[in-house]
Amino acid sequence: MLRARDAMDRAYAEPLDIPDLARLACVSEAHFIRTFRATFGETPHRYLQRRRVERAMFLLRETDRSVTDICLDVGFASLGTFSRTFHGIVHETPIEYRLNASPLPVPTCFSMTWTRPSSFGEARTSNGT
Amino acid sequence: MFNAINISHIFVFDQEEALDFYVGKLGLEVSNDMNLGFMRWLTVRVPGDPNRDVLLEVPAPPGMDEKTAAQVRETVSKGGSGFALGLTTSDCRKTYETLKARGVEFSEEPTEHPYGIDCGLRDPFGNHLRIVQLATAPQQVPARKS
Repeated sequence: MLRARDAMDRAYAEPLDIPDLARLACVSEAHFIRTFRATFGETPHRYLQRRRVERAMFLLRETDRSVTDICLDVGFASLGTFSRTFHGIVHETPIEYRLNASPLPVPTCFSMTWTRPSSFGEARTSNGT
Repeated sequence: MFNAINISHIFVFDQEEALDFYVGKLGLEVSNDMNLGFMRWLTVRVPGDPNRDVLLEVPAPPGMDEKTAAQVRETVSKGGSGFALGLTTSDCRKTYETLKARGVEFSEEPTEHPYGIDCGLRDPFGNHLRIVQLATAPQQVPARKS
């Protein structure tokens, strides 16, 4: 399960599919989804979605790339889906998040783990509150 | 009041398997290997850095009860032990290639950051380690927008 999760952290921008990840974990697809959820508290699809949003938050914060480019960079196929998903999880539009955020002076592995938005919209706002 | 940090620990599930990894693959050296009866005191360090040991500690009775030990093993196995160890190197990419050839599993390839180039890997038990080639120029931390 950890290998599959690490693979999602690494290859989030690629069109990952559950069968590939299940093969990586050496289990059937149904077993993979069930066991991943039991281990990490959410389905692989939801984990991947939140990882993509976290990477988008990083790029919005640390680069000048356009929102459209970032949307595609992190693996979303459409700007509409990306903006909706981003806002639903972060409670700010991508532009609002970028305007309010600053680069974080911590190792990237830490910002990758600690700024990952939660499943239930309890994500910290970009000013840390 | 203090002089230095001299020892930290990493939970491992089997000390022989840990030696195969930390010494056999990563190239650390054993600094202490003592059978104390109730436990095996096994520490490793970076060759040439004698003042900083890492204890390869097994979660087990009598150090902790079996139920807690099982919880520790489960937590470590799912990557829950956090940032277990950070090592510096003068050449991250070369170190990455060398370790990869030895069969080390990397979670993140060498990537450039403002603070340097680093990569992430897992030991056989799920602990997360990072290897960083620090940037030589001073880092400018942008002020937060008010």
